Amino acid sequence: MPGDWKDLPKDLVARFDTLLAPVLQRYPPDRKEAAMLPALRLGQELFGYASPAVQGLCADRLGTSAARAEEVATFYVMFHTHPNGRHLVEVCTNVSCCLAGAERMVRDLRKRLGLGEGGTTADGRITLREVECLGSCGTAPAILLDEKEMIERVTPEKLAKLVEGLP
Amino acid sequence: MSDDVKILTARWGKKDSHTLASYRADGGYAALEKALSMPPAAIVDEVKASNLRGRGGAGFATGMKWTFLPKDVRPRYLCVNADESEPGTFKDRYIIANDPHMLIEGIAIACFALDIHLAYIYIRGEFPRQAAVLEGALAEARAAGIIGKRLYGKADFDLEIHVHRGAGAYICGEESALMESLEGKKGYPRLKPPFPAVVGLWGKPTIINNVETLANVPWIVKNGGAAFAALGTGKSGGTRLFGVSGNVKRPGIYEKPVHYNLKKLIMEDCGGTASGRPIQAVIPGGSSSPVLRGDEIDVSLEFDAIKAAGTMSGSGGVIVMDDSVCMVRVLSRVAKFYAEESCGQCTPCREGTPWMEALCEKIEGGHGVPGDADKLLDMANHIGGFTICALGDAASMPVQSFVKKFKADFERHIAEHRCPHGEAAWGVSQDSRDAVIGGMRS
Ligand SMILES: Cc1cc2nc3c(=O)[nH]c(=O)nc-3n(C[C@H](O)[C@H](O)[C@H](O)COP(=O)(O)O)c2cc1C
Ligand code: SF4
Ligand code: FES
Repeated sequence: MPGDWKDLPKDLVARFDTLLAPVLQRYPPDRKEAAMLPALRLGQELFGYASPAVQGLCADRLGTSAARAEEVATFYVMFHTHPNGRHLVEVCTNVSCCLAGAERMVRDLRKRLGLGEGGTTADGRITLREVECLGSCGTAPAILLDEKEMIERVTPEKLAKLVEGLP
Repeated sequence: MSDDVKILTARWGKKDSHTLASYRADGGYAALEKALSMPPAAIVDEVKASNLRGRGGAGFATGMKWTFLPKDVRPRYLCVNADESEPGTFKDRYIIANDPHMLIEGIAIACFALDIHLAYIYIRGEFPRQAAVLEGALAEARAAGIIGKRLYGKADFDLEIHVHRGAGAYICGEESALMESLEGKKGYPRLKPPFPAVVGLWGKPTIINNVETLANVPWIVKNGGAAFAALGTGKSGGTRLFGVSGNVKRPGIYEKPVHYNLKKLIMEDCGGTASGRPIQAVIPGGSSSPVLRGDEIDVSLEFDAIKAAGTMSGSGGVIVMDDSVCMVRVLSRVAKFYAEESCGQCTPCREGTPWMEALCEKIEGGHGVPGDADKLLDMANHIGGFTICALGDAASMPVQSFVKKFKADFERHIAEHRCPHGEAAWGVSQDSRDAVIGGMRS
């Protein structure tokens, strides 16, 4: 059946299990399910996105239902149940960032990347998303790149250069 | 009392301030050592005497919260709230990046005082770098025998502290949603009572405190609760981190006494507006706190004083807007945030927040009709107070205050069938300035 975790590449599943083991140590032995967020994050990193198969794998290892894993995967914005572009550029457009020019910056970037309403460039290179406050209001405007790197005090020039430089 | 006492920011910007060696060289963990020689109840008494109040938003008395734990139920847990997602708030991340051991020491003292052996730091998913600093500091503390099997290497007391990363959901900053999320579920707030101190994580008694709240604890133990209380006024002790953003010359983090004057903070410390234009409005404590007009900001930021002025100092996030900004546009954006972040459990919040967003946008776009501003108010009045968690109130308060204080702006949009600011709705000073946190680890 499609989306079955047993169809995931065996070597990656083994790697998932190796990396999950120390994470499980953080929670009481009878509370494995608590590791759902870290497990989904790990699965997403290894397999590309939190597909139904990844959700199933997490559920299996944590001894809970696939429905529970899906519920979690769809609740949090940092879990992606569909693939994104190679890079995820998330621009904060909450108040402090907009007071520092974020809205105009996003509009220009959309134009530059040829993005309409949709979020991903035709070549699959970049997914652009507007996000809520990133906790960088004092150094606004802020961008989160690939959910790893916070880039602050962004200017239109800095943003253009960043986006051009992404492979 | 001097305005210059630094508790939380004293070591920021120092080379390697985040390392154990640096923290120790500055006398770090001496407070934990002192605490271990005290009866646990005496530590709680010092925190009570300090008038420390929660820095996460509600300003609840920390010492009193700690006494709500039922006497004989074990295990108990501590949850440290590092979710920091309220728009305008950006302080806990700097504590974590610059002085993680101060936080760890505060956690260790709290756990010893409360007989807690397992603590989790719930940090928002968008802070991977800060989470890594925390992991590093915890590993150092573990390796040095400060936490682990024997607290501070000697006490017959085991303590484990773990980092738990969120995954992008504002609601998980709400204490009961945070615990659900920590249990591996979606962040649905729980009905209260029972309060977390009685039924919390995994159904056990749980204390939940903000990062900044706990980071004050070592200083309190070292210097005594009375000294901390003396830095503040009335029922609020100590200093606070105020994060100022928006149209000011020098945005950033300012550590000031809890009762510091808002106008002074903006005009003197932050240098006033970047544009030199008059201040039109200030959101004083994160985006859910009721807005103040520019002529209302000569107030103390102390929890009770600012409450008397009709608003709150909440999370300490101050957002400043000069007179070039369209207030309807700002409210639209704030309303969008709460509509996005509603967890959807209660009907008034799930249905009401998108309605408010849509009506704000309609007015902003020039399509409003007379009576729409009152309709907006009416919607807000039917959400706040009728929901499971305080997000309902958080969504209502901005609407109620913006409409009341900037009614003319709303009516002008409706009368002119357009936004009077047009393309420049976000104002003129759209540049990024140098923040005073420039030199710190971020
Ligand atoms: C919708 C909502 C979001 C919240 N977000 C946060 C947050 O990001 N960080 C935080 O410390 N407290 C947040 N709080 C407050 C917490 O529920 C809780 O009161 C606080 O963590 C208690 O710690 P304290 O007493 O030390 O302030 C939020 C509350 C609500 C209703
Ligand atoms: S008030 Fe809103 S966010 Fe809070 S529980 Fe109800 S629906 Fe969820
Ligand atoms: S408003 Fe953009 S980071 Fe806070």
